[in-house]
Amino acid sequence: MIKRVTFKHKWLPYALLAPQLLITLVFFIWPASQALYYSVLQQDAFGLRVDFVAFDNFAYLFSDPTYLESFEITIMFSVSVALMSLSFALILAVMADRVIKGATAYKTLLIWPYAVAPAIAGVLWYFLFNPAVGINAWILRAWFGYDWNHTLNGTDAMLLIVIAAAWKQISYNFLFFLAGLQAIPRSLIEAAAIDGASPLKRFWTIVFPLLSPTTFFLVVVNIVYAFFDTFGTIHATTRGGPYGATNTLVYKVFNDGFIGLDLGGSAAQSVVLMVIVITLTVVQFRYIERRVEY
Amino acid sequence: MTLHRKFAAVAVGAFALTAAGQAFAQTEIQWWHAMGGKLGEKVESIAAGFNASQGDYKVVPVYKGNYTETMTGAIAAFRAKKQPHIVQVFEVGTASMMAAKGAIYPVYQLMKDAGAEFDPSAYLPSVTGYYTDTDGNMLSMPFNSSTPVLYYNKTAFAKAGLDPNTPPKTWPEMGEFSKKLQAAGIACGFTTGWQSWVQIENFSAWHNVPIGTKENGFAGLDTEFKINSPLHVKHIGQLAEWQKSKIFDYGGRRSDSAPKFYNQECAMYMNSSAALAGIKANAKDFEFGVGMLPYWPDVAGAPQNSIIGGATLWVLTGHKKAEYKGVAAFFNYLSSAEVQADWHQFTGYLPITTAAYELSKKQGFYEKNPGADVSIKQMTLNKPTPNSKGLRFGNFVQIRDIINEELEAIWAGKKSAQEGLDAAVSRGNDLLRKFEKENS
Repeated sequence: MIKRVTFKHKWLPYALLAPQLLITLVFFIWPASQALYYSVLQQDAFGLRVDFVAFDNFAYLFSDPTYLESFEITIMFSVSVALMSLSFALILAVMADRVIKGATAYKTLLIWPYAVAPAIAGVLWYFLFNPAVGINAWILRAWFGYDWNHTLNGTDAMLLIVIAAAWKQISYNFLFFLAGLQAIPRSLIEAAAIDGASPLKRFWTIVFPLLSPTTFFLVVVNIVYAFFDTFGTIHATTRGGPYGATNTLVYKVFNDGFIGLDLGGSAAQSVVLMVIVITLTVVQFRYIERRVEY
Repeated sequence: MTLHRKFAAVAVGAFALTAAGQAFAQTEIQWWHAMGGKLGEKVESIAAGFNASQGDYKVVPVYKGNYTETMTGAIAAFRAKKQPHIVQVFEVGTASMMAAKGAIYPVYQLMKDAGAEFDPSAYLPSVTGYYTDTDGNMLSMPFNSSTPVLYYNKTAFAKAGLDPNTPPKTWPEMGEFSKKLQAAGIACGFTTGWQSWVQIENFSAWHNVPIGTKENGFAGLDTEFKINSPLHVKHIGQLAEWQKSKIFDYGGRRSDSAPKFYNQECAMYMNSSAALAGIKANAKDFEFGVGMLPYWPDVAGAPQNSIIGGATLWVLTGHKKAEYKGVAAFFNYLSSAEVQADWHQFTGYLPITTAAYELSKKQGFYEKNPGADVSIKQMTLNKPTPNSKGLRFGNFVQIRDIINEELEAIWAGKKSAQEGLDAAVSRGNDLLRKFEKENS
């Protein structure tokens, strides 16, 4: 039963909402409108000359074959990051949930990577996999005969940034999964155990469906993370290379705008990105959320 | 007096003090730079030296991050009308700075307006050439310039039965030497840092062939790339061929390949002359030598001269006249032989004036540090031609990325040298046209 609260004053609900609205306005709506405005302009870096060019920036983008490739790369990257970080986090959370001794220590250790800045995480993995001096690259070569070279091999580079980006996110997902797991009534699981259901069966028929709200939330958050928050990781490692194999949409926005100083082109790209994320979120809420049991 | 009043009185007093202090203070000159670590400390000491040498001006150096961050920071500051007087900009940003006519105060103009002593011919022509307009006027003040050279592992050379004092002179020799080195157990012959700068831009100047039309962009914005010429295709094709057998081994876009040379995986390494200090510190188990860049012997006129990388100091508009006098005085101090020679010897960057070079010679620096003068010899080998003066392309930061991408596709065998370079030219030209549109 949901308790309904009614306000006597007409302005009170607005006043209570105001801080949130203000924050949304200043940090979301205003920058987004600026991106829209800049995307139809072409200007030199210093802003000495500004020309209105309508949709030229967009036309240029979509005539660039590498931009279209960048879509495929982004989708592959985002799906891989979400899958990898979610599945590892879930396994770890299920394990941590069963641990009795020293549970807090495990949990604390597992949360640590979240405190690492994306760029640092990138550099860390870049160093571990460095073809010349990295220990992981050395192990791959010495034990498995695989010549790891992310400076030349696009697949290696993609794997590297997926690992670096997912590693950081595992902690975050782990926290939510663990909280979700602990909210599942023990009695349900115990009843199933008495009926003779194996741990695996109990997981798939009871735990996993009951976790679905958490999983859904995390899928949305992870996809948005992979789309938007990963340019630091990429900038510190592959810089979009080799031959554009890790040039995701958001990295291109950052690189063209802040390194290349092409504000119009970069703004146009961020508008495209904005449209994609809005669509994705709408789709996720419309079609996937229906199958989530709260 | 209540506590509040007391506090207010103190605050007013403090304010009056600072205000009075400012009235008598020297004129402050802001200098934004991108030199971190040891180089940053050296920059601080140069400014301190200038401040101690006179009483009218005070140069305040501010570290603003790497080159890109410094440049974008200064541009954002300019848009907000909070720009520094002097900003250090790397060479690929030159065209963007030059095109910003209302934002920059050309150095030759500044020196003239300030009535400062200024002789452009005192500077190394191959350094200033990069930063002069078509009439020969210097637009920015050279500060830290370097040029790529060939570093080689003398110990490995001896092991392979090669003369440790004779680095390869030509590209065919690079191949032969590498094969001998590989036969002696070295994994790879050579690697390179900054591939676009070394293997395309400097390669072109060194062989006296154009990188782009219109004197490599010096003579107009309607320039087009020429880096898919038969010579370029031959060179890049040869490197791609060598990549297969690791005679050449690619190790990343910037200086990521340095560890390959440090840990003796590769016996030769092409990179900036300013990498010397790093190599000295890291080459612990072997002797190394410095040679000139190799050339193709069948090209008439090769070797010509190499071109620079690094950064210069640009002056931004929008400050008081008196402050620019200070900037001029500082530039004079900066280019004095003593300051320059010290900077050059400490960092491995080129001395920007002939006087600084002569002074370093007199001090016996090159005898104590063999190889430190290869860069200067290479830069001054011949009088620069329109092909070897430097380059000036708009949007070049992004174009370098395109060249990097296409070269990587070639090294990985995804594209032939011809296909990759053709693609680099056409994609690069698109960005040149965009720049032309924005700035004409």
